[in-house]
Amino acid sequence: MSAVLLAVERLTMRFSGLTAVDDLSFEARRGDITALIGPNGAGKTTVFNCITGFYKPTRGRLAFAREGAADAGAVAALTRSGARGARSPAGDLHLLERMPDHEIARRARVARTFQNIRLFSGMTALENLVVAQHNALMRASGMTLFGLLGLPGWRRAERRAVERAAAWLERIGLSARADDPAGDLPYGDQRRLEIARAMCTGPALLCLDEPAAGLNPRESAGLNKLLRSIRDDDGVSILLIEHDMSVVMEISDHVVVLDYGRKISEGTPAFVRGDPKVIAAYLGVDDEAEAARAAAEIEAAGAGAP
Amino acid sequence: MAGNPQVNPQGYPHAIRAAFWDAARAGAAAAILAFPILALRAYQNGRGELVLRERWHWMAIAAGVVFLARFAYHARGNFGAARAAAPAARGLPALPGALKPWLAGLTVGFLFAFPLLALWLLGPQASLKWISTFGIDILIYVMLGWGLNIVVGLAGLLDLGYVAFYAVGAYAYALLSTKFGFSFWICLPLAGILAAFWGILLGLPVLRLRGDYLAIVTLAFGEIIRVVLVNWGDFSNGPAGIISIPYVTFFGIPFVDADNGFAARFGLEFLPIHRTIFLFYLILCLALLTNWVALRLRRLPIGRAWEALREDEIACRSLGIDTVSTKLTAFALGAMFAGFAGAFFAVKQHFINPDSFRFIESASILAIVVLGGMGSQTGVALAAVAMVGGTEMLRELDFLKQIFGREFDPAQYRMLIFGLAMVLMMIWKPRGFISARTPSIFLKEKRAISASHVKEGHG
Amino acid sequence: MTAKPLLTMRGVETWYGSILALKGVDIDVAEGEIVALIGANGAGKSTLMMTLCGSPRARRGAIVFDGRDITNLPTHEIARAGIAQSPEGRRIFARMSVRENLQMGASVLRGAHFARDIERVFAIFPRLKERASQRGGTLSGGEQQMLAIARALMSRPRLLLLDEPSLGLAPLVVKLIFETIRELNKSEGLTVFLVEQNAFHALKLAGRAYVLVNGAVTMTGTGRELLARPEVRAAYLEGGH
Ligand SMILES: Nc1ncnc2c1ncn2[C@@H]1O[C@H](COP(=O)(O)OP(=O)(O)OP(=O)(O)O)[C@@H](O)[C@H]1O
Ligand SMILES: Nc1ncnc2c1ncn2[C@@H]1O[C@H](COP(=O)(O)OP(=O)(O)OP(=O)(O)O)[C@@H](O)[C@H]1O
Ligand SMILES: [Mg+2]
Ligand SMILES: [Mg+2]
Repeated sequence: MSAVLLAVERLTMRFSGLTAVDDLSFEARRGDITALIGPNGAGKTTVFNCITGFYKPTRGRLAFAREGAADAGAVAALTRSGARGARSPAGDLHLLERMPDHEIARRARVARTFQNIRLFSGMTALENLVVAQHNALMRASGMTLFGLLGLPGWRRAERRAVERAAAWLERIGLSARADDPAGDLPYGDQRRLEIARAMCTGPALLCLDEPAAGLNPRESAGLNKLLRSIRDDDGVSILLIEHDMSVVMEISDHVVVLDYGRKISEGTPAFVRGDPKVIAAYLGVDDEAEAARAAAEIEAAGAGAP
Repeated sequence: MAGNPQVNPQGYPHAIRAAFWDAARAGAAAAILAFPILALRAYQNGRGELVLRERWHWMAIAAGVVFLARFAYHARGNFGAARAAAPAARGLPALPGALKPWLAGLTVGFLFAFPLLALWLLGPQASLKWISTFGIDILIYVMLGWGLNIVVGLAGLLDLGYVAFYAVGAYAYALLSTKFGFSFWICLPLAGILAAFWGILLGLPVLRLRGDYLAIVTLAFGEIIRVVLVNWGDFSNGPAGIISIPYVTFFGIPFVDADNGFAARFGLEFLPIHRTIFLFYLILCLALLTNWVALRLRRLPIGRAWEALREDEIACRSLGIDTVSTKLTAFALGAMFAGFAGAFFAVKQHFINPDSFRFIESASILAIVVLGGMGSQTGVALAAVAMVGGTEMLRELDFLKQIFGREFDPAQYRMLIFGLAMVLMMIWKPRGFISARTPSIFLKEKRAISASHVKEGHG
Repeated sequence: MTAKPLLTMRGVETWYGSILALKGVDIDVAEGEIVALIGANGAGKSTLMMTLCGSPRARRGAIVFDGRDITNLPTHEIARAGIAQSPEGRRIFARMSVRENLQMGASVLRGAHFARDIERVFAIFPRLKERASQRGGTLSGGEQQMLAIARALMSRPRLLLLDEPSLGLAPLVVKLIFETIRELNKSEGLTVFLVEQNAFHALKLAGRAYVLVNGAVTMTGTGRELLARPEVRAAYLEGGH
């Protein structure tokens, strides 16, 4: 089994009276696609917001080991030290709940997408991907000074950034629309562009909030391929929130199920799908049976046609 | 009944009728408003008695103008949709690629030739006004507009106290030169640095605020600086201001009628206008520097981060962009250019007092940025010309007397006319002269982005 | 068809600048029908839905609703004529409470029947009742989607437009939504025109459906007919793995 990348421990998030996440613990392993599913309002997006620093958790610990493993001893030592992160021969360790959001993206290298797409809609698709490489480019431009003078080192760095952006546009099939404003793109394309933008920050963990929303089954299949390739070819671990079971059950290595902010089940896709608690709270009774019936119906209808 | 539906042709006249009634309502409102202001006017006659004079035709004209304007406005909005128009040009032409640098070069060339041309055509007396008011004054506002454009247009931070940094620059030069005898060329960078420093000082606590709140705090800051300058007499000499600020020199050579003066050194006949011409070139260079830096920054990561910040701050943070320091740099750089402009203003005026740094100045500079189209350098320059040049022109327009009668003095009404023009302009082009955004980088084809997607930012 | 036509689109063209997004679309929706619109990403489905509400406006062609030409009517008048939409991206009022959002939905009726209608949507979405005073912007994605649909229902529309109603909803709730639509259609005769990515559900629910490809209608028929077409199945139903 691979090492623990992110350890969520006893996470609690309260909003004036409402407990959105309640004493939640789970782990995401390096090289895995870990899915977070559950009914509407179960607290999935809230967990993301805690991990990426947009909310400060009411309680709990979020240990993130960019390299190496988040082993209990080191995490405990770091917690006691009061620091945000530690660098050791075994690798970097960060306590995300202590870091501001932009540092989580920059230092811990956690990237995310948003449930209600947040692209820079007045900027082109290409610009969106170049902005994502901000920190690397800032360094290359000597905090703007070299850039202002147009030194060759900066020019090279910029060219590389554009090439990388172009490669990502190619990969998500948007090369032809590179110079169109992101706001002009159809919904499904915007979703993929947002994933590419997150990937351009060079993350260790990619948090995707409903990437398949608004895609039809065929497009979801394409998304599956993309996410698998991000995991396998780019070596980036993924934390995935999704209601489309054709995505979750296809590509996840591990599934965590939330309901009312608590973990109600956890395991492989096959296990979770069969768990009566999950069926009752989320999937709905006889989901499998209905899916099978649906398939048969299509088949039958298809057979009837010439 | 799946056949062709009866297309109801009633939509079009209906729209006209609605527009007519709305325009009529607006006209009636104008008439009511105009009644006490325009229709009735009290005069003191020879014996010191108040006499009421009626001017009904004025009221009628006002109501008519409002009616027609309102109707025209509807005509654009409503019937416009009914036009089955031919496809518009793709996006908006970003000005054909080859033309634009050519045009810019021509403009800069003209600007460099302008004072000499004016001198040659009009002679030293008449050209003074052209070089000074139409040249230097406009260029100061162009520069201020470009500086503020970084803050408001690119980073989307609404700053209503920009004039404070202008004041910091002006007082920096005035005080350093009168008290310590520093030369202008040392003070110029110092003024910029000091203004940037104040920009950071103000920015640190307030940049967490957003939108309206940020606007109000910056407005207050602008006023505080002015009030301090008024009241801290020991430091700033209070409302009396600072007089006898040293004149600008030609890199050490003074513009005086003496053997060591500029004219004598270069073998020219002494003319007071030489200094004015030099000032013109100075502000032209400063403005061009501002423009060059701003254009350059837009293509650097920091500039893209500013624009991204204007579009969506939360997304920026998720990408690891430190929004506080990014906003601070925008604030500091904007302030720095205001500081340069302030130092220039002090050396040009030879005398400054806090009255030059009132809120109305901040408002005018902001108006220039908004009118020009936020983020567009060309638009801001055009707007500065229209605003500063336009209000100056209104002083001269005697033909308006023909329209409004003998006693009409255009200079008196110029702010009114100007305001009206501004309102019409914003109706016609709500996002400013040049509202389309040019991408900072492109892969295949550079196309302007229509304003409908571009956000204005909210702090 | 015996039923009275409620909505007719003839040769509707919509442009974004110089991009032709709808290339002369003909659509008929009769009173009491459920009609679905399916199509790939970027086909122009949302554009069609928004064109019905006059934003963007059709540049050519005619849209007739209940015998009245609404092609150039201002959007608020289209809403008053009895068309309500749950749009793409939800567009709920983020700073207003759930109840206030629903009040906005009912504003076309000037508050008539408000008490009864709000109980009706609360019965469909009990979660909204629990959160009646929470600000719209802090709701979870799925809760916002429920609110957008509920808000559209509050105006007692004669024609309900739904742009991807199942977006962001849990599988159980998706079923609930489709059942509710069927129920409202049956009991109140509500006419529904919906866009769905979940083509299988949509085609089963809808009496008739249209397939939109690149801004033009390429196929139309009953839901069952389209379900049986191999090209429809290949393009919209199967994951293709
Ligand atoms: N800022 C907030 N203030 C108050 N309540 C909030 C806030 N943010 C979220 N909530 C509530 O907390 C609960 C969890 O929300 P969250 O967005 O995490 O749900 P989710 O699991 O992502 O649901 P969905 O699948 O619908 O997106 C919801 O009921 C939501 O209304
Ligand atoms: N505001 C806009 N400006 C310019 N082009 C636009 C705009 N909105 C959409 N488009 C373009 O119009 C076409 C149709 O888009 P639309 O959003 O209607 O597709 P859709 O069928 O709803 O797709 P999806 O399934 O992703 O929601 C796309 O090519 C899109 O890029
Ligand atoms: Mg969510
Ligand atoms: Mg759509």
